[in-house]
Amino acid sequence: MYSDKVMDHFQNPRNVGEIENASGVGTVGNAKCGDIMRMYLDIDDNGIIQDCKFKTFGCGAAVATSSMATELVKGKTIQQALEVTNKAVMDALDGLPPVKVHCSLLAEEAIHAALWDYAEKHGIKIEGLEKPKSDISEEEVEEEY
Amino acid sequence: MIYLDNAATTKTAPEVVEAMLPYFSEFYGNPSSIYEIAGKSKEAITKAREQIAQVIGARPEEIYFTAGGTEADNWALAATYEAYASKGNHIITTKIEHHAILHTCEYLEKQRGARVTYVDVDENGIVKLDDLQKAITPETILISVMTANNEIGTIQPVEEIGRIAKEHNILFHTDAVQAFGQIPLNVDECHIDMLSSSGHKINGPKGIGFLYIRKGVKIRSFIHGGAQERKRRAGTENVPGIVGYGAAAKMAVDTMKERTAKEAELRDHLIHRILTEIPHSRLNGDPVKRLPNNCNISFEFIEGESLLIMLDMKGIAASSGSACTSGSLDPSHVLLAIGLPHEIAHGSLRLTLSAETTREDIDYTVDQIKEIVARLRSMSPLYEDFLKKQEKIR
Repeated sequence: MYSDKVMDHFQNPRNVGEIENASGVGTVGNAKCGDIMRMYLDIDDNGIIQDCKFKTFGCGAAVATSSMATELVKGKTIQQALEVTNKAVMDALDGLPPVKVHCSLLAEEAIHAALWDYAEKHGIKIEGLEKPKSDISEEEVEEEY
Repeated sequence: MIYLDNAATTKTAPEVVEAMLPYFSEFYGNPSSIYEIAGKSKEAITKAREQIAQVIGARPEEIYFTAGGTEADNWALAATYEAYASKGNHIITTKIEHHAILHTCEYLEKQRGARVTYVDVDENGIVKLDDLQKAITPETILISVMTANNEIGTIQPVEEIGRIAKEHNILFHTDAVQAFGQIPLNVDECHIDMLSSSGHKINGPKGIGFLYIRKGVKIRSFIHGGAQERKRRAGTENVPGIVGYGAAAKMAVDTMKERTAKEAELRDHLIHRILTEIPHSRLNGDPVKRLPNNCNISFEFIEGESLLIMLDMKGIAASSGSACTSGSLDPSHVLLAIGLPHEIAHGSLRLTLSAETTREDIDYTVDQIKEIVARLRSMSPLYEDFLKKQEKIR
């Protein structure tokens, strides 16, 4: 069902974890569809993404796309990170089953959500970045416990 | 491999395969033909029909072979709806039925003008009898409630349901695909008018099932053609399948007491170890009114598919309450019906044992699950939130 690359990133996910005092954190997805991704970015003064970590609740594809997304944005500028689309994540994983394509969209949104958080915290506007649509609020998560 | 997905399908028993083999290339005659080898096929079918009827206390002529449990379910519902149209158009079923029932009901609602009531179940998955009683109207023609649930293993009070149906002169159908050969079941004691079953759930072959139709129930053919199965189910009989099913049914009933006692003991050991050794896990389904081989557990903060893939890598075949793998992103309708929130329903695991399952298998499986759950939780944003919340409370 999954490509070797997907299985590799699922079994040995890169950059799992949290970044304390991260420059930006974004959480997307919801429990209803079964996938929640949280992306942490550490961005230096030159706007370079020095570190990126993730935590994901979800299927094998959700874990693999999160892992690949962190790899694709690490060391990049903010503008370059914005260009990491869901298609880029999918291609880097040698494709996903059709039913799992939404996982790659979630990975793209997670990057955007983390960048949005960074921009808000620093009072800057990132050209071409729109407010991510599926950011879940803390309250929603708590409600569902 | 440790195979713990016996509710999905079972290994065809070697004795069953052996019983079937002659009917492929030796006694291959069409049972409807006149010559000697055709007679052999016919005799074999008669014998299998008797073996199967015996399991549920039915008469052989009340057993109608189908291509499986799904066809039997479709037939029971659609044909009853058609045959009893003059009486009414209302069907009562439950929210936790198999899709073979639920999707047939949806079809009857959308395409044929049926009215269907989907009765709720309690937190253990037992149908609410009061609600079922209240749902009955003068137009109700059929009550269809499964004998035991395929996901959480809950055994329904079929005897009471049968009594209620009989009191109101309503037909009672039960999908016994998971229960047939696993628990004692008698169609007269439970006032069952129709019962569906499938061969491959009891170490029989795939592609064979039956619908029991009580004498006097006037439903007609669903598959049209020849005069097979007393003109009620056309198509040349699946002779090897029927023979295998008969052999499997006989084995199931002969070994039932000993086998299910052993399975239930291992099941309870499995459940006990998981619940005591893995925090934030819960058993789904009734702890007592439960199929002897079913264990369904939810692990908070993790998702089922990831768990399944990791178990597979450790050589353990299991399945999830999450329908993620089957192309639907919705969590199990059964787990939602017993009141689980979405994220917990997504993190469910079904382990179903067989007679071959050993204590070592169970212990190895629990050890692996412990490690995998811990690993997935360390990656889970939900678990992170939970831990942070705990810290705050402290």
